[in-house]
Amino acid sequence: MDNETRVQLYNKLYLARRCEDAIVQFYPDDEMRSPMHMSYGQEATAAGVCHALKQMDPIFTSYRTHATYLCKTMECEKFFAELYGKTSGTARGKSGSMHLANPALGHYGASAIVGSQLAPAVGTAYAIKYKKEKLVSCVFFGDGAIDEGTFWESINLAALKEVPIVFVCEDNGFAVHTPSTQRQGFSNIINVLKEFRIRLFEETTGDVESIYETAVEAIGYCRSFQKPVFIKLNCYRYLEHVGINEDFHDDYRDKEEFKKWKERDSLKIQRTRLIDEGIDEENIIKIERQIDLQIENAIKKAKLGIGPKPEELLQGVLI
Amino acid sequence: MRELTYCEAINEAMDQEMKRDNNVITYGIGVPDHKKIFGSTVNLLEKYGASRCFDTPLAEDTMTGFALGAAMHGLKPIHIHIRVDFLLLAMNQLINMLSSYNYATGSHFELPIVIRAIVGRGWGQGCQHSKSLHSYFSHIPGLKVILPTTPYDAKGLLTSAIRDANPVICLEHRWLYWATGAVPKESYEIEIGKANILIKGTDLTVVATSWMNIEAIRAAEILKKYRDVNVEVVDVRSLYPLDSDLISGSVQKTRYCIVADNDWVAYGAGAEIASKVYESCFTDLKKPITRIGFAHAPCPTVRCLENEFYPNAETIVKEAEKLLDIEPINMIDENFYSHENRFKGPF
Repeated sequence: MDNETRVQLYNKLYLARRCEDAIVQFYPDDEMRSPMHMSYGQEATAAGVCHALKQMDPIFTSYRTHATYLCKTMECEKFFAELYGKTSGTARGKSGSMHLANPALGHYGASAIVGSQLAPAVGTAYAIKYKKEKLVSCVFFGDGAIDEGTFWESINLAALKEVPIVFVCEDNGFAVHTPSTQRQGFSNIINVLKEFRIRLFEETTGDVESIYETAVEAIGYCRSFQKPVFIKLNCYRYLEHVGINEDFHDDYRDKEEFKKWKERDSLKIQRTRLIDEGIDEENIIKIERQIDLQIENAIKKAKLGIGPKPEELLQGVLI
Repeated sequence: MRELTYCEAINEAMDQEMKRDNNVITYGIGVPDHKKIFGSTVNLLEKYGASRCFDTPLAEDTMTGFALGAAMHGLKPIHIHIRVDFLLLAMNQLINMLSSYNYATGSHFELPIVIRAIVGRGWGQGCQHSKSLHSYFSHIPGLKVILPTTPYDAKGLLTSAIRDANPVICLEHRWLYWATGAVPKESYEIEIGKANILIKGTDLTVVATSWMNIEAIRAAEILKKYRDVNVEVVDVRSLYPLDSDLISGSVQKTRYCIVADNDWVAYGAGAEIASKVYESCFTDLKKPITRIGFAHAPCPTVRCLENEFYPNAETIVKEAEKLLDIEPINMIDENFYSHENRFKGPF
């Protein structure tokens, strides 16, 4: 892998992590009034896959979409404006954290109903195939979505219609607080899916380069052959289901597991690697400061931005 | 002018729009099979191919979400359900996703999606093949709901629905499929959100939805014949948007109003229409509004109970007699519509 790619992957991780650090910092001010489902700890899945996509490959995501949004668009001005409920946000303040979308940069939206983004992603993949475009549709979802009927319907439909779709399961092992062992009558979804005409991939790592390489192979196959692929990325959610805090005191999961993942934290791995590959730490710091500044300015603008006028309430119900 | 059946009018609207615009696609369970959704999708597979007219897995919810995603990327899907009842399986995509997606994400997309669904009735359709549910859909911001009654309206409203940038639900009563009427050959639109006066009158307004218009017309004939009562029949045509101006205008003239809805009465479209009329015609009304609709029970299959379940022209006449304080009509010599004598329609 060339160093430019390595740095770009790090940029994505760093942007996602630092934006969420800013959310943690400013959330208590109660100016961002939106339920935050943090990507914290899981950023490598978003960074690795989004970097393997083209800008105009549409993605659909779950409500845990901070990292996917940021890694796909690499912008955080509209992002923070939306979280602060300002008209300069992605939805003029109407979406908050859970329905972020930016189709001009390939983010087709997020859903807060688990699994509901899969079917639209297959529909977009069908439109791509119908129009003979060279794009792929990509959908991110958690392991909770696998329990939903629409997951199986969407998988079946994609395999049946042979559409260019990339299913990305961000498997953090929990649906809210319920582990997959208490929800699923099988041990690994990959084995269950083998009968479908879908190519399957799986990774258990916080290493963004490893995820990126897998994604490049999967997406390349999907694009070339116009056929569905499924990537299962086992990852770890550092924080509570919704909110900005840790929740190990609630005792539903093992802190030792967290420590294992934290040791292999994606940012730490990638930063160390950049230095090992001969990139001057000064340059890394320079990049980090640029991103910090980008975030700082975005938050400043968002705070100063104006909220929608009352008459906007009824605008956009129908177009 | 040339006459078509309601079914042929629907087919012609789809055919002309698919010819006009390559992005229009249609799908649903049974859409391309030999029965062709009672004939309403004939020739579409043959003319436009399997990529634009296809069968689907039995996955109503996912196929509704599929329409959303396809529309977001430039297609114009027409998703067909042979019974409205099956749409209940699609309520998540319909109400959590499709209706609110644009509003919640920032109005970035055009969503020209049409959902056609057929309202069943008679010959033992029973509780899972006879619902209309139009008040459910009309309750939800972000959806348009049309219920064409005449072949002319079926073609014009469906054409408008396909060209509309918003999701439109088109509910088609099965018995109307045999109705015949004048339909222009060329393509035309009827604005969604405009009601239509089917019969002009001065003495009583009957506001009706879907099949109940046919019953209202029959009731108007009887009331005219026996009591010289001139009934104005208003076909709402579209429940959202609702043309309350036209409805209120009629009631301000006649000062009596019956709402005959092809659905349950409680919390139904009739309640909404009656409220709108009260809001603008409170002092014009000489009597409270009468609401007519299905009995408050699941639809039974056995004939004698089914006859009790559905209101018809006779129900409307009897309510009109009470409202207008006129002598009861002996209707023993009058015929009423039933599925035994296949409806051919007065249009």
